Amino acid sequence: MKIFRYFKSLTLKELLKGMTVTGKYFFKRKFTIRYPEEKTPKSDRFRGLHALRRYENGEERCIACKLCEAVCPALAITIDSEQREDGSRRTTKYEIDLFKCIYCGFCEESCPVDSIVLTDIHEFHFESEGKNVLDKAQLLEIGDMREKEVAESRKNDAEYR
Amino acid sequence: MIIDQVWLVVWTLLKIVAIVLPLIIVVAYLTYAERRVIGFMQGRMGPNRVGLFGFKLWGLAQPFADTFKLLLKEIIFPAKANKFLFLMAPVITLATAFAAWAVVPFADGLVLADINAGLVYILAMTSLGVYGVIIAGWASNSKYAILGALRSAAQIVSYEIAMGFALVGVLIAAGSLNLTDIVNTQAGGVGHWFFLPLFPLFVIYFISGVAETNRAPFDVAEGESEIVAGFHVEYSGAAFALFFLGEYANMIMISALTAIMFLGGWYSPFTGDSWIAQPSIFWFFMKTGFFLLLYLWFRATFPRFRYDQIMRLGWKIFIPITIFWIMVVAVLKVYHIGPWFN
Repeated sequence: MKIFRYFKSLTLKELLKGMTVTGKYFFKRKFTIRYPEEKTPKSDRFRGLHALRRYENGEERCIACKLCEAVCPALAITIDSEQREDGSRRTTKYEIDLFKCIYCGFCEESCPVDSIVLTDIHEFHFESEGKNVLDKAQLLEIGDMREKEVAESRKNDAEYR
Repeated sequence: MIIDQVWLVVWTLLKIVAIVLPLIIVVAYLTYAERRVIGFMQGRMGPNRVGLFGFKLWGLAQPFADTFKLLLKEIIFPAKANKFLFLMAPVITLATAFAAWAVVPFADGLVLADINAGLVYILAMTSLGVYGVIIAGWASNSKYAILGALRSAAQIVSYEIAMGFALVGVLIAAGSLNLTDIVNTQAGGVGHWFFLPLFPLFVIYFISGVAETNRAPFDVAEGESEIVAGFHVEYSGAAFALFFLGEYANMIMISALTAIMFLGGWYSPFTGDSWIAQPSIFWFFMKTGFFLLLYLWFRATFPRFRYDQIMRLGWKIFIPITIFWIMVVAVLKVYHIGPWFN
């Protein structure tokens, strides 16, 4: 009956129902993460800023095989290599352009000695032109800084790989 | 003699300042409350960052940060805009919104101008406010602005009628146009408040008020999803701040008027001898605050009406209902029928 519909809409029933819903949400727990103080948990596979790792005796892992340079889909990695005095092959230049990098993690997967890794650092910025290119010294420094976390997350993730 | 007259002017000016300054602060915190309440209703936190001297204070300094930002920004004039009218429009909106407060009684005797035609004065002032919107839309020389202005004009003309009729009901029930008298006829507990015998008019008055102030769900004049920001697209800086101030002052105005005319103004809902049962300005503010919360609640809940639905609601539903109820009230009043009019 049309007339009943009119009276039903005059009671504002549906509108009040909607207001009850929003009224309930007013008192519910909020979903907001207050960012700098609170952070969401990060996966062990998180792909953030790059780092070059060392062995425990301090020797750098990278053997300049250039697999990462070859696999990089964005051509963000540039490597030059030379023979060191002790006869081993080492990089003289290892640069990653972070503007080109798409953080796909192929470099890490291709590395035979687990040298290049993606850490969980995602809060970084550049303050002047050219700072977007990380050189070998910077990458090794990040690696030294984050070695413990990197080793930990690789260990946690190993059994699922 | 002259000193008396000078003193009268100074005293009146002081009273005006005593009304306008708190009003501006309430407007500032209403914007804060709006963002907080709507945020809470949507499962968010709302602004909770800006504080003073390193204390966060739940973001309570946010409105001041916003105000100073707006005041420091440049006012941009659109090409070929009528500069005089472009600047006059926000002034008209703000001036009418503030002028209407002259006759609002905050408590018994606590009123700037206790005039006999208070209700008519308020209707006149709130209707004049639409000129600010229309002139702003026209002077902006922008298609979105003119569309917003046209929508606003049509909407306010439509809802002004329903609103006026709702007030006629109050007028019949109270037998006076003076707002203080209207409140005083509602003395004597909740049962004597006008929202009971005039319930349909009460609902229609508040909904029309929401439409009059161009607030959600009747905010087609702004309609950010269709016509960007409607009549004030081209406004920036302090001119925009004035529109903002006017809009929120009008919201508080409508809330205060609903409290005065239907919920017994400063009278307490309780009976007895304790302080809480005494009529006081506290109850006036509580009732006004309740309606302001409803404004925010509506905005958090309802999607915007389609334009033709607004027109249908105004002309084909509200006006017939108000006319019908005016007749009911008139009959009850003339023949002294019922629990309220004997």
